[in-house]
Amino acid sequence: MNLLTALFAGGLFGAGLVVSQMTNADKVINFLNVAGDWDPSLALVMVGAIGVHVVLFRFILRRPSPLYATAFALPTSEHIDGKLVGGAALFGVGWALGGFCPGPAVVSMPSGGTHALVFVGAMALGMGAWRGVQSLTTPSPNPRVTSDQPEGRASNIHG
Amino acid sequence: MDAFTPWSALAGGALIGLAASAMLLFNGRIAGISGIVGGLWTPRAGDIAWRLAFAAGLLGAGAGMMLLLPDSVASPSTRSVGAVAVAGLVVGFGVRMGNGCTSGHGVCGLSRFSKRSLVATLTFMTTGCVTAVAIQLLAGGSL
Repeated sequence: MNLLTALFAGGLFGAGLVVSQMTNADKVINFLNVAGDWDPSLALVMVGAIGVHVVLFRFILRRPSPLYATAFALPTSEHIDGKLVGGAALFGVGWALGGFCPGPAVVSMPSGGTHALVFVGAMALGMGAWRGVQSLTTPSPNPRVTSDQPEGRASNIHG
Repeated sequence: MDAFTPWSALAGGALIGLAASAMLLFNGRIAGISGIVGGLWTPRAGDIAWRLAFAAGLLGAGAGMMLLLPDSVASPSTRSVGAVAVAGLVVGFGVRMGNGCTSGHGVCGLSRFSKRSLVATLTFMTTGCVTAVAIQLLAGGSL
């Protein structure tokens, strides 16, 4: 059941990305290029998304657990470090350089566009490169759980 | 000029907010794309299928919506494939290093009033704008 709900959530998310035109790379570039023919539309995507989620999030977390998992897997770290800022800084540079962030790039793949396919392929390599750097700089053979994302925690709840 | 599209942006954003809420309500997970997809690089038993299911949803939506709104899915006409390849590398590396992208930090994190996500979002918005403006000023907008 949790696979069906993940499929559903991914589909809804992808539909939202297309409706909002986050998948239109030129529109993304025109949004970020505040010195050019500025198109502020995409700021409203964040307004719409946060406006909905900031309310529903609070209702959902009143539940003792999710519907199809044993526990909520939420980030707990509040630590602001160079990794967070450096990674976000790099992401912004790449976002403006290519016009894609990860979600819209994946959603654009079925269009068959060369740019989207090349971007996602390169993105997978970049993700693997970070994994490589991390394994080189982390002495312990166990992957350290220092992330803001929840994947390091409660990884067995869907088992 | 018809470039400004406030209503479709708000409506699409609302769908994204609903999707993030559905992911939390049903699966107890943050709908951060880079975390969900990137987690496939550190596969653990029982932790793979839901990530693939979410990605399949994204792909399915892309295929379906192509038929309804083909103009909304557009490649950058001002960027070369080479620039996009470099961009993909930098984005992949950066989102894993910073533990999130526009969805995980920008939508989910800000909705939770996470200080980390606020710092991350302000950072990538700033470097994104600086980069886009620099490409405009130094290369005439094409690269």
